[in-house]
Amino acid sequence: MGETEDGMRPKKVVFVTVGTTCFDVLVKVVDSLEVKDELLGRGYPSLLIQMGRGSYLPTKSTGDDGSLAVDYFTFSSSIADHMSSASLVISHAGSGSIFETLRLGKPLIVVVNEDLMDNHQSELVEELAERKHLYCAHPQTLHQTIVGMDLKSLLPYSPGDATPVAKLLIRFLGFPED
Amino acid sequence: MEKNNGFCVSNLSSNLLITCFIALITTVLFRVLYVIYRTGKPLSKRASRQPLSTLIVLGSGGHTAEMINLLLVLQKDRFAPRFYIAAATDNMSLQKARVLENSLADSSGVKRVSAEFMQIYRSREVGQSYVTSVWTTLVAMAHALWLMIKIRPQVVLCNGPGTCIPLCVIAFFFKVVGIRWSSIFYVESIARVKRLSLSGLLLYKLWIADQFFVQWPQLQRKYPRAHYVGCLM
Repeated sequence: MGETEDGMRPKKVVFVTVGTTCFDVLVKVVDSLEVKDELLGRGYPSLLIQMGRGSYLPTKSTGDDGSLAVDYFTFSSSIADHMSSASLVISHAGSGSIFETLRLGKPLIVVVNEDLMDNHQSELVEELAERKHLYCAHPQTLHQTIVGMDLKSLLPYSPGDATPVAKLLIRFLGFPED
Repeated sequence: MEKNNGFCVSNLSSNLLITCFIALITTVLFRVLYVIYRTGKPLSKRASRQPLSTLIVLGSGGHTAEMINLLLVLQKDRFAPRFYIAAATDNMSLQKARVLENSLADSSGVKRVSAEFMQIYRSREVGQSYVTSVWTTLVAMAHALWLMIKIRPQVVLCNGPGTCIPLCVIAFFFKVVGIRWSSIFYVESIARVKRLSLSGLLLYKLWIADQFFVQWPQLQRKYPRAHYVGCLM
Protein backbone atom coordinates (compact mmCIF):
# COMPACT_ATOMS: atom_id res chain seq x y z
CA MET A 1 0.00 0.00 0.00
CA GLY A 2 2.92 2.40 0.51
CA GLU A 3 3.43 5.24 2.91
CA THR A 4 1.51 8.47 2.92
CA GLU A 5 3.18 11.84 2.42
CA ASP A 6 3.83 12.54 6.07
CA GLY A 7 5.71 9.25 6.40
CA MET A 8 2.97 7.64 8.48
CA ARG A 9 2.00 4.09 7.53
CA PRO A 10 -1.62 3.69 6.42
CA LYS A 11 -3.77 2.12 9.09
CA LYS A 12 -4.00 -1.65 8.96
CA VAL A 13 -7.68 -2.42 9.02
CA VAL A 14 -9.29 -5.73 9.88
CA PHE A 15 -12.49 -5.97 7.88
CA VAL A 16 -15.25 -8.28 9.09
CA THR A 17 -18.11 -9.14 6.73
CA VAL A 18 -21.25 -11.26 7.06
CA GLY A 19 -22.60 -10.49 3.60
CA THR A 20 -26.38 -10.33 3.40
CA THR A 21 -26.83 -12.73 6.32
CA CYS A 22 -27.47 -12.31 10.03
CA PHE A 23 -24.48 -13.65 11.94
CA ASP A 24 -24.70 -12.04 15.38
CA VAL A 25 -22.58 -14.78 16.94
CA LEU A 26 -19.60 -13.78 14.82
CA VAL A 27 -20.06 -10.06 15.39
CA LYS A 28 -20.25 -10.65 19.17
CA VAL A 29 -17.09 -12.75 19.16
CA VAL A 30 -15.20 -10.19 17.10
CA ASP A 31 -16.40 -7.47 19.47
CA SER A 32 -15.11 -9.41 22.49
CA LEU A 33 -12.17 -8.02 24.49
CA GLU A 34 -10.21 -11.20 23.89
CA VAL A 35 -10.28 -10.90 20.12
CA LYS A 36 -9.88 -7.14 20.06
CA ASP A 37 -6.81 -7.31 22.33
CA GLU A 38 -5.31 -10.04 20.18
CA LEU A 39 -5.79 -8.02 16.99
CA LEU A 40 -4.31 -4.91 18.60
CA GLY A 41 -1.39 -6.97 19.84
CA ARG A 42 -0.75 -8.20 16.33
CA GLY A 43 -0.46 -4.67 15.02
CA TYR A 44 -3.95 -4.04 13.71
CA PRO A 45 -5.08 -0.66 15.04
CA SER A 46 -8.47 -0.66 13.38
CA LEU A 47 -11.49 -2.94 13.08
CA LEU A 48 -14.39 -2.39 10.68
CA ILE A 49 -17.45 -4.62 10.92
CA GLN A 50 -20.07 -5.06 8.21
CA MET A 51 -22.91 -6.56 10.24
CA GLY A 52 -25.54 -7.19 7.57
CA ARG A 53 -28.97 -8.14 8.91
CA GLY A 54 -27.71 -8.75 12.45
CA SER A 55 -29.19 -7.06 15.49
CA TYR A 56 -26.18 -7.04 17.82
CA LEU A 57 -24.48 -3.64 17.74
CA PRO A 58 -20.74 -3.58 18.43
CA THR A 59 -19.22 -0.87 20.63
CA LYS A 60 -17.75 1.92 18.55
CA SER A 61 -14.38 3.30 19.53
CA THR A 62 -12.13 5.95 18.05
CA GLY A 63 -9.03 4.22 19.29
CA ASP A 64 -7.55 7.51 20.42
CA ASP A 65 -6.81 6.06 23.85
CA GLY A 66 -4.60 3.37 22.31
CA SER A 67 -7.35 0.80 22.18
CA LEU A 68 -8.58 -0.82 18.99
CA ALA A 69 -10.55 1.57 16.79
CA VAL A 70 -13.90 -0.05 16.05
CA ASP A 71 -16.56 1.00 13.58
CA TYR A 72 -19.46 -0.80 11.95
CA PHE A 73 -22.16 -0.52 9.30
CA THR A 74 -24.93 -2.77 8.01
CA PHE A 75 -24.62 -2.75 4.24
CA SER A 76 -22.57 -0.90 1.68
CA SER A 77 -22.60 -0.59 -2.07
CA SER A 78 -18.80 -0.52 -2.00
CA ILE A 79 -17.84 -3.60 -0.01
CA ALA A 80 -15.10 -4.10 -2.60
CA ASP A 81 -13.46 -0.83 -1.51
CA HIS A 82 -13.46 -1.85 2.13
CA MET A 83 -11.97 -5.20 1.20
CA SER A 84 -9.29 -3.60 -0.93
CA SER A 85 -8.12 -1.42 1.92
CA ALA A 86 -8.14 -4.19 4.51
CA SER A 87 -5.04 -6.01 5.71
CA LEU A 88 -7.01 -8.94 7.07
CA VAL A 89 -10.53 -10.10 6.27
CA ILE A 90 -12.71 -12.15 8.58
CA SER A 91 -15.71 -13.37 6.64
CA HIS A 92 -18.78 -15.57 6.86
CA ALA A 93 -18.68 -18.65 4.66
CA GLY A 94 -20.53 -17.24 1.67
CA SER A 95 -18.78 -18.14 -1.57
CA GLY A 96 -19.23 -14.63 -2.93
CA SER A 97 -17.35 -13.02 -0.02
CA ILE A 98 -14.71 -15.74 -0.03
CA PHE A 99 -13.78 -15.44 -3.67
CA GLU A 100 -14.02 -11.68 -3.71
CA THR A 101 -11.42 -11.63 -0.90
CA LEU A 102 -9.19 -14.31 -2.42
CA ARG A 103 -9.18 -12.60 -5.80
CA LEU A 104 -7.98 -9.42 -4.08
CA GLY A 105 -5.15 -11.43 -2.56
CA LYS A 106 -6.14 -10.56 1.02
CA PRO A 107 -5.43 -12.85 3.99
CA LEU A 108 -8.70 -14.44 4.99
CA ILE A 109 -10.22 -16.16 8.00
CA VAL A 110 -13.58 -17.72 7.23
CA VAL A 111 -15.95 -18.34 10.12
CA VAL A 112 -18.60 -20.99 9.57
CA ASN A 113 -22.10 -20.30 10.93
CA GLU A 114 -23.14 -23.44 12.77
CA ASP A 115 -26.74 -22.25 13.11
CA LEU A 116 -27.38 -22.63 9.39
CA MET A 117 -29.29 -25.76 8.47
CA ASP A 118 -27.67 -28.05 5.93
CA ASN A 119 -24.33 -26.36 6.15
CA HIS A 120 -22.98 -27.04 2.67
CA GLN A 121 -20.85 -23.93 2.94
CA SER A 122 -18.34 -25.70 5.18
CA GLU A 123 -17.37 -28.07 2.32
CA LEU A 124 -15.92 -25.19 0.33
CA VAL A 125 -14.20 -23.60 3.31
CA GLU A 126 -12.61 -26.88 4.39
CA GLU A 127 -11.34 -27.57 0.88
CA LEU A 128 -9.82 -24.10 0.52
CA ALA A 129 -8.32 -24.34 4.03
CA GLU A 130 -6.79 -27.70 3.13
CA ARG A 131 -5.25 -26.04 0.09
CA LYS A 132 -3.92 -23.34 2.44
CA HIS A 133 -5.72 -20.45 0.77
CA LEU A 134 -7.42 -19.32 4.00
CA TYR A 135 -7.94 -20.14 7.66
CA CYS A 136 -11.16 -21.83 8.73
CA ALA A 137 -12.71 -21.26 12.14
CA HIS A 138 -15.91 -21.51 14.16
CA PRO A 139 -17.06 -18.59 16.31
CA GLN A 140 -15.70 -20.33 19.45
CA THR A 141 -12.33 -21.02 17.85
CA LEU A 142 -11.83 -17.63 16.21
CA HIS A 143 -9.67 -16.26 18.98
CA GLN A 144 -7.49 -19.38 18.93
CA THR A 145 -7.15 -19.12 15.16
CA ILE A 146 -6.04 -15.50 15.34
CA VAL A 147 -3.49 -16.39 18.02
CA GLY A 148 -2.02 -19.20 15.97
CA MET A 149 -2.25 -17.77 12.46
CA ASP A 150 0.78 -17.29 10.25
CA LEU A 151 -0.47 -15.25 7.32
CA LYS A 152 2.76 -15.72 5.38
CA SER A 153 2.05 -19.41 5.20
CA LEU A 154 -1.12 -18.86 3.20
CA LEU A 155 -0.84 -19.69 -0.48
CA PRO A 156 -2.09 -17.16 -3.04
CA TYR A 157 -5.25 -18.10 -4.94
CA SER A 158 -5.15 -17.89 -8.73
CA PRO A 159 -8.49 -16.57 -10.01
CA GLY A 160 -10.41 -18.98 -12.17
CA ASP A 161 -11.30 -18.49 -15.79
CA ALA A 162 -14.71 -19.22 -17.24
CA THR A 163 -13.58 -18.86 -20.87
CA PRO A 164 -13.12 -22.62 -21.43
CA VAL A 165 -16.77 -23.15 -20.47
CA ALA A 166 -17.86 -20.45 -22.92
CA LYS A 167 -15.86 -22.24 -25.64
CA LEU A 168 -17.44 -25.60 -24.75
CA LEU A 169 -20.92 -24.11 -25.07
CA ILE A 170 -20.14 -22.57 -28.45
CA ARG A 171 -18.77 -25.86 -29.74
CA PHE A 172 -21.74 -27.83 -28.40
CA LEU A 173 -24.21 -25.49 -30.06
CA GLY A 174 -22.52 -25.93 -33.42
CA PHE A 175 -21.27 -22.39 -33.79
CA PRO A 176 -18.05 -21.91 -35.73
CA GLU A 177 -15.18 -21.28 -33.31
CA ASP A 178 -13.05 -18.28 -34.13
CA MET B 1 -81.06 -58.98 -29.03
CA GLU B 2 -80.78 -55.21 -28.65
CA LYS B 3 -79.29 -55.59 -25.24
CA ASN B 4 -76.62 -57.89 -26.73
CA ASN B 5 -75.85 -55.38 -29.50
CA GLY B 6 -75.63 -52.56 -26.99
CA PHE B 7 -73.27 -54.59 -24.90
CA CYS B 8 -71.10 -55.36 -27.96
CA VAL B 9 -70.89 -51.72 -29.00
CA SER B 10 -69.90 -50.49 -25.59
CA ASN B 11 -67.35 -53.30 -25.36
CA LEU B 12 -65.88 -52.24 -28.72
CA SER B 13 -65.71 -48.60 -27.80
CA SER B 14 -64.07 -49.27 -24.46
CA ASN B 15 -61.59 -51.57 -26.22
CA LEU B 16 -60.87 -48.78 -28.69
CA LEU B 17 -60.40 -46.34 -25.84
CA ILE B 18 -57.98 -48.63 -24.07
CA THR B 19 -56.04 -49.23 -27.29
CA CYS B 20 -55.80 -45.51 -27.95
CA PHE B 21 -54.68 -44.91 -24.38
CA ILE B 22 -51.96 -47.55 -24.62
CA ALA B 23 -50.85 -46.17 -28.00
CA LEU B 24 -50.59 -42.71 -26.48
CA ILE B 25 -48.60 -43.87 -23.48
CA THR B 26 -46.26 -45.85 -25.74
CA THR B 27 -45.73 -42.88 -28.06
CA VAL B 28 -44.95 -40.59 -25.15
CA LEU B 29 -42.59 -43.17 -23.66
CA PHE B 30 -40.70 -43.60 -26.92
CA ARG B 31 -40.57 -39.84 -27.40
CA VAL B 32 -39.17 -39.38 -23.87
CA LEU B 33 -36.57 -42.07 -24.47
CA TYR B 34 -35.64 -40.41 -27.77
CA VAL B 35 -35.26 -37.03 -26.06
CA ILE B 36 -33.05 -38.57 -23.38
CA TYR B 37 -31.02 -40.26 -26.12
CA ARG B 38 -30.55 -36.94 -27.97
CA THR B 39 -29.82 -35.06 -24.72
CA GLY B 40 -26.14 -34.33 -24.37
CA LYS B 41 -25.40 -34.86 -28.05
CA PRO B 42 -23.82 -31.73 -29.56
CA LEU B 43 -25.93 -29.96 -32.13
CA SER B 44 -24.84 -30.24 -35.73
CA LYS B 45 -22.69 -27.45 -37.11
CA ARG B 46 -24.84 -24.50 -38.00
CA ALA B 47 -24.37 -22.68 -41.27
CA SER B 48 -25.95 -19.47 -40.06
CA ARG B 49 -24.55 -17.31 -37.29
CA GLN B 50 -28.04 -16.61 -36.03
CA PRO B 51 -27.98 -16.06 -32.28
CA LEU B 52 -29.92 -18.35 -29.96
CA SER B 53 -32.54 -17.06 -27.54
CA THR B 54 -31.18 -17.68 -24.07
CA LEU B 55 -32.79 -18.07 -20.68
CA ILE B 56 -30.50 -17.27 -17.75
CA VAL B 57 -31.65 -18.39 -14.32
CA LEU B 58 -30.33 -16.30 -11.44
CA GLY B 59 -30.24 -17.23 -7.76
CA SER B 60 -29.50 -15.41 -4.53
CA GLY B 61 -26.00 -14.55 -3.43
CA GLY B 62 -23.18 -16.61 -4.86
CA HIS B 63 -25.30 -18.07 -7.66
CA THR B 64 -25.78 -14.74 -9.42
CA ALA B 65 -22.15 -13.75 -8.85
CA GLU B 66 -21.04 -17.00 -10.47
CA MET B 67 -23.45 -16.59 -13.37
CA ILE B 68 -22.30 -13.04 -14.06
CA ASN B 69 -18.71 -14.31 -13.97
CA LEU B 70 -19.61 -16.73 -16.78
CA LEU B 71 -21.68 -14.22 -18.75
CA LEU B 72 -18.77 -11.79 -18.84
CA VAL B 73 -16.77 -14.17 -21.05
CA LEU B 74 -19.70 -15.47 -23.08
CA GLN B 75 -19.90 -14.44 -26.72
CA LYS B 76 -22.93 -12.23 -26.30
CA ASP B 77 -23.74 -11.94 -29.98
CA ARG B 78 -24.34 -15.69 -30.13
CA PHE B 79 -26.71 -15.71 -27.15
CA ALA B 80 -29.52 -13.27 -27.83
CA PRO B 81 -32.12 -12.20 -26.98
CA ARG B 82 -31.40 -12.87 -23.30
CA PHE B 83 -34.08 -13.49 -20.71
CA TYR B 84 -33.15 -13.28 -17.04
CA ILE B 85 -35.35 -14.96 -14.43
CA ALA B 86 -34.89 -14.62 -10.67
CA ALA B 87 -37.02 -15.65 -7.71
CA ALA B 88 -39.73 -13.20 -6.66
CA THR B 89 -38.12 -12.75 -3.24
CA ASP B 90 -34.65 -12.08 -4.67
CA ASN B 91 -34.16 -8.35 -4.97
CA MET B 92 -30.54 -8.06 -5.93
CA SER B 93 -30.01 -10.56 -8.73
CA LEU B 94 -32.04 -8.85 -11.47
CA GLN B 95 -30.43 -5.57 -10.52
CA LYS B 96 -26.97 -7.07 -11.03
CA ALA B 97 -28.07 -8.48 -14.38
CA ARG B 98 -29.38 -5.08 -15.44
CA VAL B 99 -26.03 -3.52 -14.56
CA LEU B 100 -24.29 -6.13 -16.72
CA GLU B 101 -26.62 -5.54 -19.68
CA ASN B 102 -26.31 -1.78 -19.38
CA SER B 103 -22.53 -1.99 -19.38
CA LEU B 104 -22.70 -4.04 -22.59
CA ALA B 105 -24.89 -1.46 -24.26
CA ASP B 106 -22.48 1.30 -23.25
CA SER B 107 -19.26 -0.35 -24.35
CA SER B 108 -20.28 -1.67 -27.76
CA GLY B 109 -21.38 0.73 -30.44
CA VAL B 110 -23.75 -1.91 -31.79
CA LYS B 111 -27.49 -1.76 -31.67
CA ARG B 112 -28.64 -2.69 -28.20
CA VAL B 113 -29.75 -6.30 -27.86
CA SER B 114 -33.01 -6.68 -26.03
CA ALA B 115 -32.77 -8.23 -22.61
CA GLU B 116 -35.77 -9.01 -20.46
CA PHE B 117 -35.93 -9.40 -16.72
CA MET B 118 -38.60 -11.51 -15.03
CA GLN B 119 -39.45 -12.86 -11.61
CA ILE B 120 -40.81 -16.28 -10.80
CA TYR B 121 -42.49 -17.76 -7.74
CA ARG B 122 -40.10 -19.91 -5.74
CA SER B 123 -40.67 -23.65 -5.42
CA ARG B 124 -39.28 -23.60 -1.91
CA GLU B 125 -37.83 -20.96 0.39
CA VAL B 126 -34.69 -21.81 2.35
CA GLY B 127 -35.80 -23.70 5.43
CA GLN B 128 -39.39 -24.21 4.27
CA SER B 129 -40.97 -27.51 5.32
CA TYR B 130 -41.01 -30.14 2.58
CA VAL B 131 -44.75 -30.69 3.11
CA THR B 132 -45.81 -27.14 2.23
CA SER B 133 -43.16 -27.17 -0.49
CA VAL B 134 -45.32 -29.57 -2.52
CA TRP B 135 -48.00 -26.90 -3.01
CA THR B 136 -45.58 -24.04 -3.60
CA THR B 137 -43.72 -26.18 -6.14
CA LEU B 138 -46.97 -26.73 -8.08
CA VAL B 139 -47.61 -22.99 -8.10
CA ALA B 140 -44.04 -22.40 -9.23
CA MET B 141 -44.48 -24.99 -12.01
CA ALA B 142 -47.59 -23.26 -13.30
CA HIS B 143 -45.85 -19.91 -13.28
CA ALA B 144 -42.78 -21.40 -14.94
CA LEU B 145 -44.97 -22.91 -17.67
CA TRP B 146 -46.51 -19.51 -18.33
CA LEU B 147 -43.10 -17.83 -18.60
CA MET B 148 -41.59 -20.60 -20.72
CA ILE B 149 -44.48 -20.50 -23.20
CA LYS B 150 -43.73 -16.82 -23.68
CA ILE B 151 -39.96 -17.23 -23.97
CA ARG B 152 -39.45 -20.68 -25.57
CA PRO B 153 -35.66 -20.37 -25.23
CA GLN B 154 -33.19 -22.27 -27.36
CA VAL B 155 -30.57 -22.22 -24.61
CA VAL B 156 -31.04 -22.49 -20.84
CA LEU B 157 -28.19 -21.50 -18.49
CA CYS B 158 -28.48 -22.30 -14.82
CA ASN B 159 -26.20 -22.91 -11.87
CA GLY B 160 -28.08 -24.22 -8.92
CA PRO B 161 -30.92 -22.26 -7.37
CA GLY B 162 -34.16 -24.18 -6.87
CA THR B 163 -35.86 -21.77 -9.26
CA CYS B 164 -34.19 -23.55 -12.17
CA ILE B 165 -35.91 -26.90 -11.59
CA PRO B 166 -39.43 -26.03 -12.78
CA LEU B 167 -37.93 -24.16 -15.74
CA CYS B 168 -35.65 -27.04 -16.75
CA VAL B 169 -38.39 -29.64 -16.32
CA ILE B 170 -40.63 -27.59 -18.59
CA ALA B 171 -37.82 -27.15 -21.11
CA PHE B 172 -37.52 -30.94 -21.14
CA PHE B 173 -41.29 -31.23 -21.57
CA PHE B 174 -41.13 -28.84 -24.53
CA LYS B 175 -38.51 -31.12 -26.10
CA VAL B 176 -40.76 -34.15 -25.64
CA VAL B 177 -43.86 -32.57 -27.16
CA GLY B 178 -41.90 -30.78 -29.85
CA ILE B 179 -42.67 -27.19 -28.82
CA ARG B 180 -38.99 -26.18 -28.72
CA TRP B 181 -35.70 -28.05 -28.62
CA SER B 182 -33.45 -26.31 -26.10
CA SER B 183 -29.90 -27.00 -24.94
CA ILE B 184 -29.81 -27.02 -21.16
CA PHE B 185 -26.48 -26.17 -19.55
CA TYR B 186 -25.97 -26.58 -15.81
CA VAL B 187 -22.89 -25.38 -13.93
CA GLU B 188 -22.81 -26.68 -10.37
CA SER B 189 -21.82 -24.02 -7.87
CA ILE B 190 -18.19 -23.65 -6.83
CA ALA B 191 -19.41 -24.13 -3.27
CA ARG B 192 -20.26 -27.76 -4.07
CA VAL B 193 -17.06 -29.73 -3.57
CA LYS B 194 -18.09 -33.22 -2.52
CA ARG B 195 -21.87 -33.30 -2.86
CA LEU B 196 -24.18 -32.00 -5.56
CA SER B 197 -26.95 -29.58 -4.71
CA LEU B 198 -30.52 -30.88 -4.89
CA SER B 199 -31.04 -29.08 -8.20
CA GLY B 200 -27.85 -30.56 -9.59
CA LEU B 201 -28.75 -34.04 -8.42
CA LEU B 202 -32.18 -33.88 -10.06
CA LEU B 203 -30.90 -32.54 -13.37
CA TYR B 204 -28.09 -35.09 -13.44
CA LYS B 205 -30.09 -38.18 -12.42
CA LEU B 206 -33.04 -37.38 -14.67
CA TRP B 207 -30.77 -36.76 -17.67
CA ILE B 208 -32.31 -33.34 -18.15
CA ALA B 209 -29.16 -31.25 -18.57
CA ASP B 210 -27.45 -31.50 -21.95
CA GLN B 211 -24.13 -30.54 -20.39
CA PHE B 212 -23.40 -30.74 -16.68
CA PHE B 213 -20.34 -28.89 -15.39
CA VAL B 214 -18.65 -29.33 -12.01
CA GLN B 215 -15.83 -27.24 -10.56
CA TRP B 216 -14.13 -29.77 -8.29
CA PRO B 217 -12.53 -33.11 -9.24
CA GLN B 218 -14.22 -34.95 -6.35
CA LEU B 219 -17.59 -34.41 -8.03
CA GLN B 220 -16.37 -35.52 -11.42
CA ARG B 221 -15.24 -38.82 -9.87
CA LYS B 222 -18.65 -39.33 -8.28
CA TYR B 223 -20.64 -38.23 -11.32
CA PRO B 224 -18.78 -39.39 -14.40
CA ARG B 225 -21.17 -37.83 -16.93
CA ALA B 226 -20.23 -34.40 -15.58
CA HIS B 227 -17.55 -32.25 -17.18
CA TYR B 228 -14.84 -31.03 -14.80
CA VAL B 229 -13.92 -27.44 -15.66
CA GLY B 230 -12.02 -26.38 -12.53
CA CYS B 231 -12.82 -23.36 -10.36
CA LEU B 232 -14.46 -20.68 -12.45
CA MET B 233 -14.24 -17.89 -9.85
